[in-house]
Amino acid sequence: MHVPGEVKERAEKARDKKALYGTDVDLKSYESKAEAHQEVAKPEDLPADVKKAALDVGVSLDKESSGAYVQMDQSPVIAESTYEGVEVMDIATALEKYDWLQDYWWKLVAPDADKYTADVAQSPPAGYFLRAKAGAKTVFPIKSCLYLGSTNLNQRVHNVIIAEEGSELHVITGCTTPAHVQRGLHIGVSEFFIKKNAKVSFTMIHSWGQEVEVRPRTGIVMEEGSSLSNNYILLRPVKTIQTFPTCSLNGKGAVASFNTVIYSTMGNIDVGSNVFLNAPDTSAESISRVVSVGGDVIARGRMTGKVPGARAHLECVGLLLSDNGRIYSIPELDGQSRDLDMSHEAAVGRISEEELDYLMARGLTSDEATSVIVRGFLDVEIKGLPEELKQEIKNITQREDLKGA
Amino acid sequence: MEVVRLLDIRNLYVSIGDKQVLKDVNLRVGSGETHALFGPNGTGKTTLLNAIMGLPRYEVDSGSILFKGQDITRMSMDQRARLGIGMAFQRPPAIRGLKLKDLIKIINPGADGGRILKQMDFENFANRDVNRGFSGGEVKRSEMVQLLAQQPDFTMLDEPDSGVDLENIKLIGEAIDILTQKDTRPSARIKSGIIITHFGHILDYMKTDRAHVMLGGSVVCSGDPKEILEQIKANGYEGCVACMCPAK
Ligand SMILES: Nc1ncnc2c1ncn2[C@@H]1O[C@H](COP(=O)(O)OP(=O)(O)OP(=O)(O)O)[C@@H](O)[C@H]1O
Ligand SMILES: [Mg+2]
Repeated sequence: MHVPGEVKERAEKARDKKALYGTDVDLKSYESKAEAHQEVAKPEDLPADVKKAALDVGVSLDKESSGAYVQMDQSPVIAESTYEGVEVMDIATALEKYDWLQDYWWKLVAPDADKYTADVAQSPPAGYFLRAKAGAKTVFPIKSCLYLGSTNLNQRVHNVIIAEEGSELHVITGCTTPAHVQRGLHIGVSEFFIKKNAKVSFTMIHSWGQEVEVRPRTGIVMEEGSSLSNNYILLRPVKTIQTFPTCSLNGKGAVASFNTVIYSTMGNIDVGSNVFLNAPDTSAESISRVVSVGGDVIARGRMTGKVPGARAHLECVGLLLSDNGRIYSIPELDGQSRDLDMSHEAAVGRISEEELDYLMARGLTSDEATSVIVRGFLDVEIKGLPEELKQEIKNITQREDLKGA
Repeated sequence: MEVVRLLDIRNLYVSIGDKQVLKDVNLRVGSGETHALFGPNGTGKTTLLNAIMGLPRYEVDSGSILFKGQDITRMSMDQRARLGIGMAFQRPPAIRGLKLKDLIKIINPGADGGRILKQMDFENFANRDVNRGFSGGEVKRSEMVQLLAQQPDFTMLDEPDSGVDLENIKLIGEAIDILTQKDTRPSARIKSGIIITHFGHILDYMKTDRAHVMLGGSVVCSGDPKEILEQIKANGYEGCVACMCPAK
């Protein structure tokens, strides 16, 4: 049995431990106390700002869903399930209600991994607890919005997601700041437990401000026959972001797919996934599309194959549209067994002149043609998502304001 | 007095990189006319159409291209397209993430995409990325679909029949006739076209008024399409060199 005191102790020792990747954030320059926000009874009662911001990251809280979770700064303001097969709670309440949750708490992300996890471990828990019960199959996604609404705040979130055996769970999370928030930090710890034959899609859309720093820390375990479609979309300016979720495919036949879509205009964006194929017949793919008109993007992908028969594919494609940008693609394959099938594909380039000419010959201006090509490039085909979510993602990646150079 | 031709190319010299491909090309296409352009591989046919379209790498060394009485020699491609020039590419690229039905809307928001796709028996491709994974013949129909949406006044067709099966050649021929208003009486026609073909079979399904032969980067011979085609079939392109029909 786990002792909560031990987590704090380990965290304390990692207080100043820098992360392996990404720029270093001065935690002391952010406020750790947030003003409390009132709970609301239903999503319609949320402040208009929050509803608008949520919509901007694809979280339409009024549309059909299996549940909703909204957190403003450090306060959970709504946590409701609208489908009996799933539980949606704020994590503090869930920890009180379920003793067994301790078996999941800080099990996939180490409290002493770095100063960011340490910081979360040392603050009161806030975040969501999502659980699809055994055999429960949701069609509509659980919609959640993590809203950083106060300037200079260090928003700390710790989420636990459990998909019990044979369940199906779809989650869309939008993380966002309103325009008036000049500066802020968001640290999000997420632990995913995907059990036997469960099917999960998790779509995360980030929309931050120009002075916001972001450090998500994610751990995922997958059991036999389970599947995961993990999608990350970042299209708006951000100061720095660094994340490198770890996913372990521990059960036979587990399948994971990571899709990343980034439109970079500024800042330092360091993202990727770290996948371990630990069981026979597992397969994983990681596909990232990056368009840069400015800023530094590091697109990582690491696959470690540990048993015969594992299959892994990495794809990092970048379109660099400006001299002010940089796309640094780092695909890594680590084969540790015979009979593996692991491959990667990486390309960084500019827009094809041939395609541009073709569209201009049809009467599109150079800008229009560029924008059409860029939007097409960002339109990744994501498997394993319900139609509605696919459309939601499409709406976001196909926005008119992504004009290219 | 000189009549204003829809397209009037005068003493055109065009280079690609260091290589001069077109040498003193003269070509006139009047309103309502459809011309055919023949010539062996590598003789400059595609180069001529690309230069008329205004593709950036085709450098006009001297001479001029007049369209609707305007000198378009230095005009950008999209301006030329908006002025009424359209082209079916010999080898069009694929565009990832752009659905054919969406491109139709972009080309012409007023176009009846459904009807056009049906006309080209191409409805199953509406939701596919433009030209991506299309077969050789399908790519040609995709080009026709786009031109039918665009409705250019001057349609340039670069081998619209290559790789196309017999049934679809008929379909493409008919589409070209529609684009060039062959359904109206000759004096009422305004739209014009030019087609490059190696086989001439497609000419059985569409009307052409005049044909030209290109050799070594110049138009060397012009005349009745059927006659010229028969000459080429009988004597090859060498026959064209020997023949002294005027290229005007
Ligand atoms: N981008 C290029 N760089 C160098 N040479 C080129 C380029 N494009 C065309 N050429 C050359 O210009 C000449 C004319 O080419 P063009 O494509 O116009 O021929 P064509 O008459 O259309 O031939 P085909 O019947 O084979 O289509 C050829 O010798 C070709 O190799
Ligand atoms: Mg050619």
